[in-house]
Formats: sequence, C-alpha cells, structure tokens
Amino acid sequence: MSILVNKDTKVIVQGFTGKEGTFHASQCIDYGTQIVGGVTPGKGGQEHLGRPVFNTVEEAVASTGATVSMIFVPPAFVADAVMEAADAGVELAVIITEGAPVRDMMYAKMYATKKGMSTIGPNCPGIITAEECKIGIMPGNIFKKGNVGLISKSGTLTYEASHQVVQEGYGITTAVGIGGDPIIGLSYKQLLPMFEADPETEAIVMIGEIGGDLEIQAAAYIKEHISKPVVAFIAGQTAPKGKRMGHAGAIISGGSGTAAEKMAALEAAGVKVVVSPADIGKAVKEVLTK
Amino acid sequence: MNIHEYQAKEIFRKYNVPVPKGKVAFTVDEAVEAAKELGGKLWVVKAQIHAGGRGLGGGVKLAKSLDEVRHWADEILGMTLVTHQTGPEGKVVHKVYIEEGADIAKEYYLGMLLDRAAEMPVMMASTEGGMEIEKVAAETPEKIVKVTIDPTVGFQGFHGRKLAFGLGLPKEEVGTFIKFASALYKAYMDNDAEMVEINPLIKTGDGKFLALDAKMGFDDNALYRHPDIAEMRDLDEEEPTEMEAKAHGLSYIKLDGNVGCMVNGAGLAMATMDIIKHEGGEPANFLDVGGGANPETVAKGFEIILKDPNVKAIFVNIFGGIVRCDRVANGILEATKITDVNVPVIVRLDGTNAAEAAEILKNANIENIIAAENLADGARKAVAAAKGEL
Ligand SMILES: Nc1ncnc2c1ncn2[C@@H]1O[C@H](COP(=O)(O)OP(=O)(O)OP(=O)(O)O)[C@@H](O)[C@H]1O
Ligand SMILES: [Mg+2]
Repeated sequence: MSILVNKDTKVIVQGFTGKEGTFHASQCIDYGTQIVGGVTPGKGGQEHLGRPVFNTVEEAVASTGATVSMIFVPPAFVADAVMEAADAGVELAVIITEGAPVRDMMYAKMYATKKGMSTIGPNCPGIITAEECKIGIMPGNIFKKGNVGLISKSGTLTYEASHQVVQEGYGITTAVGIGGDPIIGLSYKQLLPMFEADPETEAIVMIGEIGGDLEIQAAAYIKEHISKPVVAFIAGQTAPKGKRMGHAGAIISGGSGTAAEKMAALEAAGVKVVVSPADIGKAVKEVLTK
Repeated sequence: MNIHEYQAKEIFRKYNVPVPKGKVAFTVDEAVEAAKELGGKLWVVKAQIHAGGRGLGGGVKLAKSLDEVRHWADEILGMTLVTHQTGPEGKVVHKVYIEEGADIAKEYYLGMLLDRAAEMPVMMASTEGGMEIEKVAAETPEKIVKVTIDPTVGFQGFHGRKLAFGLGLPKEEVGTFIKFASALYKAYMDNDAEMVEINPLIKTGDGKFLALDAKMGFDDNALYRHPDIAEMRDLDEEEPTEMEAKAHGLSYIKLDGNVGCMVNGAGLAMATMDIIKHEGGEPANFLDVGGGANPETVAKGFEIILKDPNVKAIFVNIFGGIVRCDRVANGILEATKITDVNVPVIVRLDGTNAAEAAEILKNANIENIIAAENLADGARKAVAAAKGEL
C-alpha cells in the first residue's frame, strides 16, 4: 500500500517535449511509472519517448485515462497549466516548476480546489511510491520500499531523509515533497491522515523549514489524530533573523515561524524532534523498535 | 524586491492613493531646489533606505525654512543610518525625499500582505499608527483589525467598513477611508506586491486621509511582467556578492562564521548550517547552487565563498537529484583550475551518479580535497578543518 499514487497510476506530462520535461519523464519511465502521454500545445499527434503527444489536457485524459499530471511548463505558464488540468478532470497535479508567481498560484489553487483537483507543489521534487511510481525529479534509487511515510518541504532534504532511513535498514512507502513556496498544494495536515490510514506505513517523517505556520498546524493535528510515531526535523535553526534563504517561504518575520517555535510545538504533540539533520534515520529506528 | 518610499509613493499616485507632494534629491542643492518647488513653509527631509525605523534613527527631520532643509539634507545625505531593521552596521543614505509637511490630526497603520493560512491577501489596520507597530503586533494584537480579501471578488465595501468601524472612524469618514483602502488594494494586486505598508496613515486637520510613509515589496517571480517596477531596483541596497551570485544562478548569503558551505537546495543548505553549528562550528555563508549546477556555476560558488577572508574550510554537501554528482565533482576540479582553492575542501556527494563522482575525485588526486562518508562525518571534518585540527 501507499498513498495517492501506485504502480497502476496513469500519468501525463504537461511540458512533455521541453528539455526538463523530456529528461525527467524518461527517468520516470525508467523507474516504472506509467507515463501514458504528454501535452505540448502545437505538437499534438506527434510521438515523444514512445508516447503520444496531445494539444490539450482534455484530449490527453480522454485518450489515455490518466488521472495525474506532472507539470514542467515554464513559470509564467504554470497557473494556466494547472487550471487546464483541473478543467480536464485530472485528480492530482504535481507541479515541479520553480519560480511561479504567488498571485498565479493563488488563483490556480482556488480553481483546482473548486474542480476537486489536488495539487502538490509548485517548486517541489514531486511524489514517489517506492519501487512503484515516481512522479517528479527525485533520484529514484534512493527510495527503497519500506514502512516509513515521508513529507518534506525541501527537495534535497527529502533525499537525505530517505537515504538515512534506508541505511538504518528501513524503507519508504510514499514520499511527498510539498515545496516551500508561500502557496502550496497538499500539506502536512492533508497528508498525515493519509499515512495514518495506510496500513503499510508504520512511522512518518516530517521535514519542515522556518517560515509560515504549516508545521504548527501539523503539530496540532498530530496531537489529536495521529497514533503512528512521527519524527521531525526543522531546517533553519541557525538562520539569521530577517534574512531570506532562497525560498520565498523561508522568511522569519517578527516572532513567528522560527525553528524553535515549530520544534517546541511538535515536541509538545509527542513528535520525536531531532536537532541534527544527520539523526533522522536513527530517530526512525528508535521509534520503530520501541 | 523592495523599493524606496519615494518610488512607492509614485505608484500610489498612479493608483489615486493620496500622498503629500514630494521630490527625491541626490544632493543638498537638489534638496533645497525641491523644497522651493514644493513651496509652503514646512518640509520633511526623509532618508531613503530600504529599512523602517528611520524616524527613530534620526533619518526623518522637520524643516521650517529652506536653511533648515539645507542643514538636514547635508546632515542626512551620506550618513550611516542605523535602525532596528538595518542591523548594527547600518545603511549609507544616498538620497533624501523632500516632502511637504502634513498637518497630522491622527495617525493610523494600514498594511497588506499574503495571509498564508487563508491563501488570500489580508489587509490590516490599527489605531496605533506611528513608529512602533512591531510592538503593537507583539503586545496588543487585538488592536489590529484584519480582513482577508478573496481576489476573485476583490475589495468590497464590507471589507472597508469592517476596517473603518474597527478603527472607530465616525460614519462621515467611512466613505473616504473605503476609497483609500480600495485604491491601495488595487495597487497591491496589479503589481504583484508581496507587501505594502503605510505607517503612518494620517487623518489631516481637515479630515483627509494621506499616506505619510510607504513601503512596498514585490514578488521576484512576477517582476518579469512589471518592467517598470523591475527598473526601480536600487543596486546601492543590494549586497554586491549576493548580486554576483544571483547573476550566476546561485543563492548566496554571507554570514559571520569560518566554515564555507556549498549545498544544493535551500532546505539542505539551511540544514547544513544547522549541523555545522551543532558540531561546534560557525557557518560562513548560505549557498544554494540550485538545480542547474554545472562546472562553471560550482566554480563560481568557490570563488564567491573564498572572497570572504574568514573562510578556513569549505564543506561541499551535495545530494544529487537534478544536480548529478559527477557534474559537481567535475565542477570541483574545474574550480581548482580557475580559482586558487587554498583551504581544505570537505566533499560529501551522494545520490545520482555518486559512485562516478567518487571515482572522478579519487583519480584527480588533489591534496586539499577530503572525502566525507556522510552528512555528520562531513560536518565534523569541516568544523575540525576550520579549527586547523584535521
Ligand atoms: N510629510 C510629513 N509631514 C509631517 N510629518 C511626517 C511626514 N513624514 C513623516 N513624518 C513623521 O515622521 C515619522 C517617521 O517617518 P516615516 O514613518 O515615514 O519613517 P519610518 O520611521 O522609517 O517609519 P517606520 O517606523 O514605520 O518604519 C512619521 O511617523 C511622522 O510622524
Ligand atoms: Mg513609518
């Protein structure tokens, strides 16, 4: 079992024939993901990576039965692509593109929600169900199958965490990179109950960052609703105040959104919080052997 | 990207958000000339820097004559202004804004930014306008009235009424206030602002609302569709090394320690700083080489890190996803040809093509390049190397 995606999930790629889209779609295909086609307006009817190309998402969905779209279009076209997917009845859009304007994402997410489409990202590594389905840009070989669910704001920290979990002899059910932009799709609060309900997931790792209050919301949720052990790391404990660390999300303003606050809230909710990012794997072992 | 008060007020004028008359000046003579052109008997000389708290720091002065304008412009231009937002090093003032003195009956606060929880913009107002809104937010948050505004319907009368009545405005002033707030909303939305802040928003003796201060910041990702705003960038306000890094696709922030860091991904870069501190060291910088790292950008990363004379060791911590480790390994070798890397470099490469990368580094056989087993080992070695103990 897993959450959201598995070996039967049919995926299309928006921005299929571009450089990034091509490279990562072929990596996903190699991993075993059912990439059933792609969309590049104006290139409909062609074939790319042995899959059909369509002019519109609507045609792609009608002809392939895809339920998930992986989005690689340039930042200025992300909102349009997300809304097109929602309009075509896609169930989940995984938005990899970095640099989409916040205002665009605000409208795109509202529209997606209205149409009943979930989103992951933008500016994220994507989602992977180990050894079944990789929808994103993560190195697939890092994610061995196992019993740990992973939710992370940061791309490379997702890989780091999974790597450590695997080195301790465990593995991953599903890992979701939720992204760190000011407006994102599925977040801890929506993903935690999915892992709680997944019979294969026995522990959950949560990687957070300074800025915003999603981790604080997650802490409140965990306290009330999550019975499985949770391990957390919050990046940015030593980030200087008021400095911006590359992510729009990683801003500390006033007294809110600091790593210390988030760590305290999670600890109070019974989460095993690690101070060093090198201790994530060890902490997983600890909670699973207790 | 942030802009100056005088630039924000230009935008306000365009959107009919009322502001006093004013002119920017780069020299003392220009300042006096500006005051003459504005006319009247009372002027305010305001330092233009990208930071708040200028009033308390001595960067905002009232002048009752042209001589006083000259005096204050002379005083403020070139001064290093230190406020609670500039950090202890302060900021050098290169321009002043000369504005007509306003008749202040009451000061309010009005601001807008993204409410992340609601995923909509929020407008905030307070009767506690003036110079210490941070204190109000921290100590008496109930004195701040907030409305989230659904952008699909836009700013409605009820949004304005909630704020106006929340501020305790008499009913004959509510209409004027709503007009003001609605114009501000449009200025914020149209320009992809990240935040706008008017502190103080004043009511004048004759019952008008006027923005006495104006701070605006914009979404960098949206600047491509606002060339007029992108043009307002003031290079004097940017850290030159950070700008140079950005031009090469790197995100760099200088810090005070001596362990240089080169990492891919903002999250892992922050975590790397955390673990260096955890192991008893001090990070010299934040550096995210991003998704497009190639030998040139990595070499540039070394060059930028080594500009800081405090750096005694460099920790390269790369987990390969988009950035393949073999490319990073080549970048490290390339860098040692372009830049003289005269400090120990502790390299931890893992992920895509990690084995090939290890092979590349091993075959190169360079003395000050030290391989690390994992994250903790790398951090420990880097901290030890910076202390001269490796
Ligand atoms: N045109 C003006 N006429 C009269 N008084 C003014 C004028 N401009 C500014 N002031 C006074 O100077 C004070 C400080 O100016 P301003 O708010 O523009 O800068 P600031 O100190 O940087 O603001 P903040 O503390 O909000 O960051 C104001 O609160 C106001 O009392
Ligand atoms: Mg002010």
